[in-house]
Formats: sequence, structure tokens, C-alpha cells
Amino acid sequence: MAFNNTDLAAFKDIWVFCEQREGKLMNTDFELISEGRKLADERGSDLIGILIGNGVKDLAPQLGGYGADKVYVIEDPALEIYTTDGYAKALCDIIEDKKPEVVLFGATNYGRDLAPRCAARLGTGLTADCTHLDIDMNNYVEFLKSASTLPAEKYERFNMEDVNLKMTRPAFGGHLMATIICPRFRPCMSTVRPGVMKKAEFDQSKADACVVESYNVEFADGDIKTVVEEVVKASKKIVDLIGADIIVSVGRGIKKDIEGGIKLAEDLIEAFGGGVLGGSRVTVDSGWLSHDHQVGQTGKTVHPKIYVALGISGSIQHKAGMQESELIIAVNKDPNAPIFEIADYGICGDLFKVTPMLTEAIAAAIASK
Amino acid sequence: MRIYVTVKQVPDTSGTVAVHEDGTLDRASMQTIINPDDLAAMEQALRIKDATGCQVTAITMGPPPAEGMLRELIAMGADDAILVSGREFGGSDTFATSQILGAAIVHAQAGDNDFMIFSGRQAIDGDTAQVGPQIAEKLNLPQISYAAEVTKEGDKVTVKRMLEDGYMTISTQTPCLITCINDQDMKPRYMNLIGIMDCYSKPLQIFDYNELKDEPLIEPDKIGLKGSPTNIFTSFTPPQKGIGEMLPGATKETAELLAAKLLEKHAI
Repeated sequence: MAFNNTDLAAFKDIWVFCEQREGKLMNTDFELISEGRKLADERGSDLIGILIGNGVKDLAPQLGGYGADKVYVIEDPALEIYTTDGYAKALCDIIEDKKPEVVLFGATNYGRDLAPRCAARLGTGLTADCTHLDIDMNNYVEFLKSASTLPAEKYERFNMEDVNLKMTRPAFGGHLMATIICPRFRPCMSTVRPGVMKKAEFDQSKADACVVESYNVEFADGDIKTVVEEVVKASKKIVDLIGADIIVSVGRGIKKDIEGGIKLAEDLIEAFGGGVLGGSRVTVDSGWLSHDHQVGQTGKTVHPKIYVALGISGSIQHKAGMQESELIIAVNKDPNAPIFEIADYGICGDLFKVTPMLTEAIAAAIASK
Repeated sequence: MRIYVTVKQVPDTSGTVAVHEDGTLDRASMQTIINPDDLAAMEQALRIKDATGCQVTAITMGPPPAEGMLRELIAMGADDAILVSGREFGGSDTFATSQILGAAIVHAQAGDNDFMIFSGRQAIDGDTAQVGPQIAEKLNLPQISYAAEVTKEGDKVTVKRMLEDGYMTISTQTPCLITCINDQDMKPRYMNLIGIMDCYSKPLQIFDYNELKDEPLIEPDKIGLKGSPTNIFTSFTPPQKGIGEMLPGATKETAELLAAKLLEKHAI
């Protein structure tokens, strides 16, 4: 392979793969561009967005508005709709040509499909589902001071000149955090969990200043080995946990009456005046709720105004996914349930008895306003 | 036609998780289970076996005790199993793991192109979802991930591929790699009595480094800890948030007290 991924000095700039679906950019793009801006400033390099599709060039300045210095646009009728083969070819071709130091992807269903394929082709490392990124060692140490229980003497052994991207992610269901580096190969690649990185303010003058450059990739017959026969939007309501103001989640505690427990949670949501039903991993793994309801770990990181946990013990993976909620209410029979460690208000009792009373009290309180 | 199902034995992270003082996982004290998405992949493969009469092989990389898991999968309905096990393979990240599993499948298949690979979308210990697509790339196979349903007619494979807000129907030709999600409709079947009685009489091959070393994918600098592009820089446990307020009792008054507090905080 002509592509030499071990000549580290030949690689520069921070890239973000910016996903569009049906001609619309995703929220994760803006989150990643905002985070990428921080990394590019730490590294003293440029931040470049990569936009792939057909007829998508007009979207590029938006990415500039969140901090991209430049956007490469790869357009082809073969890229009209996402395919692993088409996008992997487009992205790997431009990576081999332009040699970025870092490539970030949103950990979406597409990003998690595309990134490993590309990393394997480029012969480099990939870290999945990251929740924190640093290049600058001082910033990394500051992060560890607030986010870890590591003793200070650990930091003293660090090489403070290290310029590898430090990719932090939950491991073992969130019971442990691990910071991963990819020291011997470039580019360094990472998927980043949606909803975690803070989106910057949109700046029209930066959008106007963003350089947009087309990049040509030639497709031949046989390059794309899959056929997308149809795309179906869910007919049921989309479960938008990330954007929700109120989330009521259920856990193992509903086991004795699964449908009844879910109904109680839905009644409580209604009393709040609307919200979204969430679930712990066990409710999804057991098939009680569909995947889109899962909070925690590779499910979703949520930050509603109110989070109610009904019958959820609070594994670290669940807590990692919801502890940034503004206000947490927990109902659990077990007074020692870990969820109470992070709840603002805890009620120790049977959710099947407590929830209807809560529903009534909340409805009455709202009505009394 | 043979379907290889890649499976992993994982610590049950939904149960009690023990962590050593130095921040590493105390695996010995934890229950292990078959990774849930891998069970869904096995069920998917067995349904195709039911419909078409193909062969199903369970394959895992792990220490020798992983044989027990493979025997369970045979009892569920797999025809045979492969355990890829060797010191040289230890410490592999997803890149190196896909290199080794890819080599093992090529080795077992011995040039026959009539096969598919089913993987779980991701394993609950690492949650990376990377090994499946990386095997596909290394074997130059088309991949379809997040599959909720797979059907096969002749060489054509059609997959319901889930998206965040719907699904796509995607088709491709065998050989190919599919990663499966653990959907309500893909509940794994139970081991059956005949399967349990037979599971120790069905073939289980062990592939060690010597068995695989002549495969082109097995290069010393691409496998194991040394062949892994990613390294752990630091690992740590997150601190706990401060403890909140336990409300007294679990009665109507408790509920009203909570509602009053929410009102007072303008949370509702």
C-alpha cells in the first residue's frame, strides 16, 4: 500500500466527518465541529469538515459557522444515499491523499458502520463512542482532576509534551473509564457519542469565511456492493430522549407487571405535561422496550430538566447516561440502590404504589399554579 | 452454505461489577454471559438454517474455558464450533481481533466462497461495534450492520437495517458480513434436550497460533497486544455525585411533598 500511515509527521489537521441525511446536517455534526475547533486550537492546526453526498455543497458554510476553517465536499450520484462501500471509498481516498492527523465521526448508526470499515482499510486505530477528547496535556490533567478518582501522583508520571489525541470513553458498561491513544499510526480516529459535546454558538461571519472545496472521487461499477432498496421512516413517534425535557424511565423493578409498570410511567409523563419514556439496559435487553428507549452507555446521554427513575437500581452505565439531568427523582424498593447516590430526591418504596400517588400529586400541583 | 456466527463471552455488566483498587476490572468475581447481540446473531443464523438447511458454525476468540459457551451454542442448534485461542492473540484490540477472527474464518472455509458471517452489533463489555465491520473489510466482504431481520434467497441476502428513526431495506450477495441487533423479534431460542445431549459429540475445533500462522492475515505485527494500534493511556473510575435528599415514607404525603418541592424549585 502506497499509503504510509506510520510517518506521523506527514499528517496534520483535525477532520470531522459531517453526516447529512436527506440533505440535512445532523446535530452531531455541529457538536463535533465545535469540539474539533477546540482540538485544532490546542494543536495549532486547521479544522476541516468532510461532507459527502450528492447536491450537498450548500450545507458546507453552516459547518463554518460552528468553527470549521474549511470543508471538503465529495459529491457523486453514487453517494446520494449512504452506503458503507460508497462512503468508505470516498472518505479513505481523501484521507490517503490529504493525510489528516485526526478524524472524528459521530457515533450514530452510520458513523459506527463507516468508521471501523475505514480504520481497517487505513490500517489505523479507532476508539468507539468517546465522551471526552483532549490533545493538550494540561487540559487532560484538569479533566482527570474533576472526572476521576486518580491520585495526583499518577499525573506526575505523564509526559506533558504528549500530542496524541487522548480519547476517553466508558468501558465495561461504564464501570470504568479508559483513555485510549493511537500512538504509532495516523490518522487517529474516534467516534464520539451524540449529545455529549457542547455545540458552539453559530457565527455567521465564520460561516461566510469558511473555505468550501470540492474533491473528486471516481466510482466504477462494482465499487458499491450493496443496494438500498427502500428507506422507511418510523411510523410510530420518534423517541427523542436527547432532546427531552422530561424523562421517566423504568428498570428491572417493573418485572412483576411489565405492561402495568410502563403504563404507570406513561401516566406520570402525562401528568408532567409530556415527556419521553426511557428504560435501563435490562428493559431493552429483555425486550420490554425497544432500543430507542435505552438510557446509558451506548444508548443515550440525556440531560432533561427532570429525570424520574422508577425501579432502576442505577448501574454505573445507567448513571453515566443520565447523571447530567438537572433534577433526578428516584423511586426504588431497595434503600441501598445506587441510584439514590445521585438522586436529588429519593423515595424508598414500591414503584407500583408510589407512582400513581406521584402522578396525582404532580397533576394537582401543576393544576394549582 | 455455511454461516459463521462470531460470539464473545462477556462479563455481565448489568449485574454487580467489581473493580480492583487499581481501577482494573475484577473479572474473576463476575458472572459471564454470552453477549446478547451475539445471541441474536445466532438466532438469526439458526432461522436461516431452519429455512434453507445451511450449516451454522459458532466461532469465538478467548481462553480455553470459552468452550463451555460454544457447547451451549451447539445445544441451541449450531452444527459445530471453533475456539480461537492462544497466548499470541492476547491483548488484541478490535483491529487485531478482526485480523485473527478473519484469518480463522478464511482458514476454516479453505477457499470455499459459499459462506456468510453474522456478528452481534456490539459486545456489552467494550461496546465498540467495530470487530464485525473490520472483519468485513479485511476479507473484502460487503457489510450490513444493525440488522433486525435477514432473509436469504439463493445468493441474495436482504436485510432490514435499523436507523435511529426508521429502517432501510438493503440487499447484497453472499459472501457478506451482517451485524445483528438484539431486537424483540430476535429472541434466542432455548437449548433443546436433544441439543444438550448431543452438544459434546459435535465437532469443536481449536485454532491456536500454529494452526493459523500461515494465513496471510496472521502477521506478528498485526495481532495481539503488539499488533494493536490503540493502547490504554489511563484507566480510572468516575467519582460519585453528592448524595441528595431521601424523602420520608412512601405515602400520599411523600408524593405531595415532592410535588411541592418541584413547584418551589420551578421545576414544574
